[in-house]
Amino acid sequence: MSAVRQSSALPSAGCDDLPVLRERGQREVFCGLTGIIWLHRKIQDAFFLIVGSRTCAHLMQSAAGVMIFAEPRFATAIIEDRDLAGLADANDELDKVVDRLLKRRPDIKLLFLVGSCPSEVIKLDLSRSAERLGRQYGPHVRILNYSGSGIETTFTQGEDNCLAAMVPELPAATPGEPGLMVVGTLADVVEDQLRRLLQGLGVPEPTFLPARNAADLPPVGPDTRFLLAQPYLAETARLLEERGAQRLAAPFPLGAEGTTRWLKAAADAFGVSPERFHEVTDRPHQRATEAVSRYRDALEGRSIFFFPDSQLEIPLARFLSEELGMRPLEVGTPYLHRGIMDPEIALLPAGTDLSEGQDVDRQLDRCRAATPDLVVCGLGLANPLEAEGIATKWSIELVFTPVQGYEQAADLANLFARPFDRRTRLEV
Amino acid sequence: MKLAVWTYEGPPHVGAMRVATAMRELHYVLHAPQGDTYADLLFTMIERLPHRPPVTYTTFQARDLGSDTAELFKRTLREAHDRFQPQAIMVGASCTAELIQDDPGGLGRTLGLPVPVVPLELPSYQRKENWGASETFYQLVRAFAGANAPETGTARPARPDGQKPSCNILGPTALGFRHRDDVVEITDLLERLGIDVRVVAPRGATPADLARLGDADFNVVLYPETAETTARWLERTFGQPRTTTVPIGVGATRAFINEVAALAGIDPSAELDSERSRLPWYSRSIDSTYLTGKRVFVFGDGTHAVAAARVAANEFGFDVVGVGTYDRTFAREVRAVAEELGCEALITDDYLDVEDRIAELRPELVLGTQMERHIAKRLGIGCAVISAPVHVQDYPARRSPQMGFEGANVLWDTWVHPLMMGLEEHLLAMFRGDFEFHDAAGASHHGASHQSPSRQSASPADHAQQAAVGAPAPSFEPTAAANDLSEPAWSPDADQELKKIPFFVRGKARRNTETFARERGVATITVETLYDAKAHFAR
Ligand code: SF4
Ligand code: SF4
Repeated sequence: MSAVRQSSALPSAGCDDLPVLRERGQREVFCGLTGIIWLHRKIQDAFFLIVGSRTCAHLMQSAAGVMIFAEPRFATAIIEDRDLAGLADANDELDKVVDRLLKRRPDIKLLFLVGSCPSEVIKLDLSRSAERLGRQYGPHVRILNYSGSGIETTFTQGEDNCLAAMVPELPAATPGEPGLMVVGTLADVVEDQLRRLLQGLGVPEPTFLPARNAADLPPVGPDTRFLLAQPYLAETARLLEERGAQRLAAPFPLGAEGTTRWLKAAADAFGVSPERFHEVTDRPHQRATEAVSRYRDALEGRSIFFFPDSQLEIPLARFLSEELGMRPLEVGTPYLHRGIMDPEIALLPAGTDLSEGQDVDRQLDRCRAATPDLVVCGLGLANPLEAEGIATKWSIELVFTPVQGYEQAADLANLFARPFDRRTRLEV
Repeated sequence: MKLAVWTYEGPPHVGAMRVATAMRELHYVLHAPQGDTYADLLFTMIERLPHRPPVTYTTFQARDLGSDTAELFKRTLREAHDRFQPQAIMVGASCTAELIQDDPGGLGRTLGLPVPVVPLELPSYQRKENWGASETFYQLVRAFAGANAPETGTARPARPDGQKPSCNILGPTALGFRHRDDVVEITDLLERLGIDVRVVAPRGATPADLARLGDADFNVVLYPETAETTARWLERTFGQPRTTTVPIGVGATRAFINEVAALAGIDPSAELDSERSRLPWYSRSIDSTYLTGKRVFVFGDGTHAVAAARVAANEFGFDVVGVGTYDRTFAREVRAVAEELGCEALITDDYLDVEDRIAELRPELVLGTQMERHIAKRLGIGCAVISAPVHVQDYPARRSPQMGFEGANVLWDTWVHPLMMGLEEHLLAMFRGDFEFHDAAGASHHGASHQSPSRQSASPADHAQQAAVGAPAPSFEPTAAANDLSEPAWSPDADQELKKIPFFVRGKARRNTETFARERGVATITVETLYDAKAHFAR
């Protein structure tokens, strides 16, 4: 079905130069639906309608921790027996749900129909639904679709598919006018900081995907260069390249050094002078380095083990080893895209074990055997490991907290230092 | 298709997980995609269990479909058996696996594992979590106790002379609302009465324990949602009678004591005479006059909603203005209590319907689930949680049962807490114009952040008046005195930037930045200053 994108896991041929442990067993990770938790807050006039089962609705509610500060801009159209038995036409049913929803939320400008495992297994074609509903509710409401299913996507890949669904909608850039696009959801405060830095460098006014409003679609064309702000956007990158844009290879903006290298990739692509680059980045770089260095005592020499989760694992391991002197033992990632990750892998200390995919019980065995000082893992594993006496850091916090850029570098270090701090305080 | 913003119940396999996780020596192999592993966090994060649920998922992917998902299931089952070595294994499918029809039960049989494999058929597109828990418990009990069933029609032999009467406690699961503490409370009560508690199940039981369920004289059904089907089967099969009273509230606890005493053939008067609840006296104490006729809306699972409605009316003196449940299987019981209390029943699992009803009824207190807590918060109404689904804060460290006499004490404390204290309410009504009496000021014993539930007690006209008075919330962030020249000023950019910082740390960020600027003689705080200060104070 067209709503299903090919899994972005690429074949392993070609990666043979790097020893990577590839595991295929039980994966203890969220599916791509979970990305909606941050996407629905980022795009302020978008709504995410999952077409799925009660399980999908329950996942969203449990993963979101029922953080209802306001009514969420997501919901689930739960497939029922009648839909499966053909007693109700699934398309008619979906139309009714969408109608109820849009009447209730007239402020919505962009509606995503999000595919799930059940909708994909029964081959409900959400791209046709999106087209049909788009004719009915457009142009006021734009209707797009993507897959967040667990059979196709792991956690952050849901955002990849969401942004990929927006790429064909992006307006064409004016030929001959070079532009810079930053791709990947960032907290608003981080986006503003990076925008100011890029403006300071004098590169063309940067655009962001996704933007805060559905109408602000950044233009794209052969003169567009783009920088990934998040590592998990392989499919989006591929589609942007298909529209002629060029990806600037760079490490990710985590930590003082990561942020500088990331900015440098933009500076080099747009011919910014080294003097200008230093003028703009030296002060925040120094500030970040100093702030980060305060955590060095707490973290230096400590070993760390990553369970696969968000694809941020490799950049995080690089930051922690390079700027804080931590020792990564195993760094697990759900998918390893060499094309995107090579600049990061090059910066990892020799002897770091990389693993891709998961067999959670086997990985737990390896983890216990390695006796790391800190384990980065998902919510299902954290308390059980703590109960065994192993310090943990929940990986989900790294996705839900502003951590990119200079001004957040120390916050990021603190997230890893806090478990140690806590242990030294507690006498019970 | 049904539009759901929030759901009261998860899918039925989550009910099965609640049973599996409650038990010992049992494993559950679930044919499911990777995202379904989220369910682990319900137990490890919300209930704070220190171990993983005993569940292995196949986590099949799209590329496995149509090729070897059945093979994958078999491999997973065998490896789970070898690794965990349980007494028994349950096998089943989540919603997606149900569609691909691999028949986990049949596959499980073909493997010839040395332990019993119990197949679960939990139709995900028709049924929900509570049903799943009930069906799972029933299938397990049939599988393990069933082997020891007497010939149909055999009369139950009389209890040997000199043997204490005995019972099982049925229904408590993992992720239940206060099941942990209810079991302790009711076990103590039964033991004080001189009744032996043989098996508590599913919570804490092994498959081998289930096999001896038939030995006890009768069954105590604490949670009909999970245990009634099983108890009925045990009644038919072993001639074991079962309790029908759920001991929530003083009246129900007394009735429960009489009921078990009758089943056990003992005299309950000693226990009844030494009643341990303070609720009756607290309710009669003069300060509680202000509770009279408070308008209360009740919503939850069938058992807790029915119990809470009766307790609210008969033991607190509240007016129950509405009662409802998300669990249709208890519609009859909930309608009956609504009629008894003269209000309307609401049977729905649509969160939006519940929200509408609460907004329309304008109660002064909501007794509900975590969902109603959010609704009540939004509407500025006091709320106490009485039923699953609940969140992490509803697993308190202290013992906090809902059942028995201590449970009644807990109900007293938790339901009265969200309300204004008696005289305080009068003062609010008398001095409405006081600038500190505004929407953000709650009961004085709550601190500044709670909303005032008494706002809702006012008539619509009062509301309009209050809105018109509209006393603004006092700022808790100390702001620089405008005329103090030594104070640094905020540039518009920096001020904008500050607003992007989450509200709960903004005050601290503002103070720190100002201190930082003052110490360095910076007159105007720019965005740079803000971040210099942030870096300075980092830690
Ligand atoms: S990840 Fe990149 S290098 Fe590795 S096989 Fe795929 S395309 Fe080739
Ligand atoms: S893994 Fe599939 S069925 Fe499970 S929650 Fe995710 S999309 Fe829904």
